[in-house]
Amino acid sequence: MSACLDIHRLSAVLPNGQRVLRSVSLTVQPGEVRALVGESGAGKTMIGKAVLGVLPKSVRIVEGEMLIEGEDLGRLDAKARRTLIGARTALIPQDPLTALNPSRRIGPQMTDRLVRILGWSAERADQRIRQLLDEVHIRDPERVLKSYPHELSGGMRQRVLIAAAFAAEPRLIVADEPTTALDVTVQKQILRLIAQLQRDHGTAILFVTHDLGVVAKISQKVSVLYAGKVVEEAETAQLFAAPQHPYTRALIAATPRYTDPFASLRPVDESVLAGLAAEIAAADKGWRPSHG
Amino acid sequence: MDEARIARCGLSPRLWLAGGWLLLALLAAIFAPLIAPQDPLAQDLMLERLPPFWLDGAEPGYWLGTDSLGRDLLSRLIFGGRIAFIVAFAAATSACLLGSTLGLIAGYFGGWPDRIISRIVDVWMAFPPVLFAILLVAVLGTGLSSVILAIAIIDWTRFCRVIRAEAMGQSRMDYVENARIAGYGRVGIMLREVLPNVVPSIVALLSLEMGIAVIVEAILSFVNLSISTDDPTWGSIIAEGRLSIHQAWWVLVFPLITLILTVLSFSQFGEALKTRFDPVLR
Ligand SMILES: Nc1ncnc2c1ncn2[C@@H]1O[C@H](COP(=O)(O)OP(=O)(O)OP(=O)(O)O)[C@@H](O)[C@H]1O
Ligand SMILES: [Mg+2]
Repeated sequence: MSACLDIHRLSAVLPNGQRVLRSVSLTVQPGEVRALVGESGAGKTMIGKAVLGVLPKSVRIVEGEMLIEGEDLGRLDAKARRTLIGARTALIPQDPLTALNPSRRIGPQMTDRLVRILGWSAERADQRIRQLLDEVHIRDPERVLKSYPHELSGGMRQRVLIAAAFAAEPRLIVADEPTTALDVTVQKQILRLIAQLQRDHGTAILFVTHDLGVVAKISQKVSVLYAGKVVEEAETAQLFAAPQHPYTRALIAATPRYTDPFASLRPVDESVLAGLAAEIAAADKGWRPSHG
Repeated sequence: MDEARIARCGLSPRLWLAGGWLLLALLAAIFAPLIAPQDPLAQDLMLERLPPFWLDGAEPGYWLGTDSLGRDLLSRLIFGGRIAFIVAFAAATSACLLGSTLGLIAGYFGGWPDRIISRIVDVWMAFPPVLFAILLVAVLGTGLSSVILAIAIIDWTRFCRVIRAEAMGQSRMDYVENARIAGYGRVGIMLREVLPNVVPSIVALLSLEMGIAVIVEAILSFVNLSISTDDPTWGSIIAEGRLSIHQAWWVLVFPLITLILTVLSFSQFGEALKTRFDPVLR
C-alpha cells in the first residue's frame, strides 16, 4: 500500500536564490500522525503549503516529488491536481479567525464544499455537517450554523474548522499549528478533539508545531526541521528516549517541565547552532537542482 | 450588545434624516405632475420675482416665490429633481458596475490584469474630472444620455481604486486559500469569498457617487451643457438665480439648499448603509 503522503527530496527557492526547503523527504502513512517540528521560520508552513498547492507566488519548487496516495502531483495537470488535492486533503489552519469568511454564515461555508466540490445533495451535506458538529461537541448546532464567524469564540471557531476539515473524509489533513492562536485552557481541549477525530476517522495528519510537548501527545512519528532541512526523523517515543541529533537534544532540553520550570529559558547552545550552520553550508555547497 | 445594536442601527438619526430627505425628494420627483402647485414652465410677467411665502408681497400658491420670468420656483425644483435622480441612479449604477468589476478583477487576480487596469486608471485620473466631463459632453453632444454616459466614463475609477485595494487584501486571507485547497475555481472564489466582503464598500460608494452625479449634472447644467430642452434642472435654476441674486436671492438660495441637502444625504446614507451591510460592524 502506498504512503498517504510521500515527499521526496523537495527543494524550493526564493527569487533571490535563497533555499527555503533543502531536499526535504517525509512520509505520512495512512492513519498516522506525523509531527513536523522546528523553530519559527524553519519552513514548516512552506511544506504544508507545497503539499496543498498554495505556495506563495515568489516561492518556486526546483526539485523533488510529492505523491498523494501514490499519485505524483508533479505529473498531473493543474486541474487534475486541484481536484485531487480538493478531494483527498484538508487544512486545519492556525488562525481560526481569518480562516472563516467574515461575511458568510457558518452553515453555508461548511456545506458549500460538500455540495459544490464533492457533488453531495444539500440534505446529505447538512446531515453530515451536523454529525461532525456533534463530534466536536458543539451542543447547539442550530445557533452555530446560523452565526457569523465573529459571533463565535476562538475555540468555537476552531471546532467548526476541525469539523469542516473532517467532514469531506479526506485521507490527509495538514494541521498548521492549530492551537497556537488559542487560550492555553482551550488548547488542550482542541488538541484532544483532533486526536479523537483522527482516531475515529483513521485520517492521516501532518501536524505542524513548534511545541515538543504537543508532539509527544499526538504523534507517532516526528520530523525535526531546521532552516528547511530535516535534521532528524524518528518514531516519537524513540526521539524522546534517544535523540540522535544535537539540535533535537537541545530542543528537548528546552521543553518546559514541571520539575524544572527554568529549563524552558535555556537557549539552544552556541556550539549546536554552529554545527547546524556548518551542516547547512555543506548541504548547499554541492547542491544543484536535479531538474527544473 | 442588543441595546447597542439598536442604538447604532435602528435609531441612527443620521440614517433617518438622510433617508427621509432622499425619500421625500424622490417621491416628489416621481409624482411631480401631481404635487407641483404650478406648471414649471408657465411664464407670467405679472408674477415675476414674487418672494417666498413669509415675506411681504408673496402670492398664495407660489410657496418659494417665482423667478424673473414669473415661473414658480417650488414647481421647478420638484421637476428638476426628476432629472437629478435619473442621472444619479443611471450614472452611478453604470460607473459602479464598470469600476467594481474591473477593481475586483485587478485586486483579486493581480498579475497582468492588475497592471493593465491600474495603468488605465492612472491615465484616467490624470484628467481633471470637471474639465473631462465638459469635454466629453461637448463631444457626445448635450442631452440626458450623454450626461449619464459622461459621468459613468469619468467616475468608474473611483470604484475601481477602492474595490481593487479591498479585493487585494481579501485575496491574501486564509479563507481564500482554504477555498483554493478545496478546489474552487478562481472566478468562483472571487464571486463567493471576495465579493461579499466588498459589498459594504460598494454600497457606500454607490450612494456617494449618486450625490456626486447630482453635483456634476448641476455643474453641467450651470455651464449650459446638460439637457438641451428647457426642462428645469437644479443646475440651470442655480445659473438663472445667480443672474438675479440682487433682485431675487431665493432663486439662487433654494436650489442650492436642495442640492446640498441631497448630496449630503446620499453620502451619509451610504455610510449608514455600509454599517448595515457589514456583519462585523452590524
Ligand atoms: N510569502 C513569502 N515569500 C517569501 N518568503 C517567505 C514567504 N513566507 C515565508 N517566507 C520565508 O520562508 C521561510 C519559511 O517560512 P515558514 O512560514 O514556512 O516558517 P514556519 O516554520 O512555518 O515558521 P512559524 O513557526 O513562524 O510559522 C522563512 O524564512 C520565511 O521568511
Ligand atoms: Mg508557520
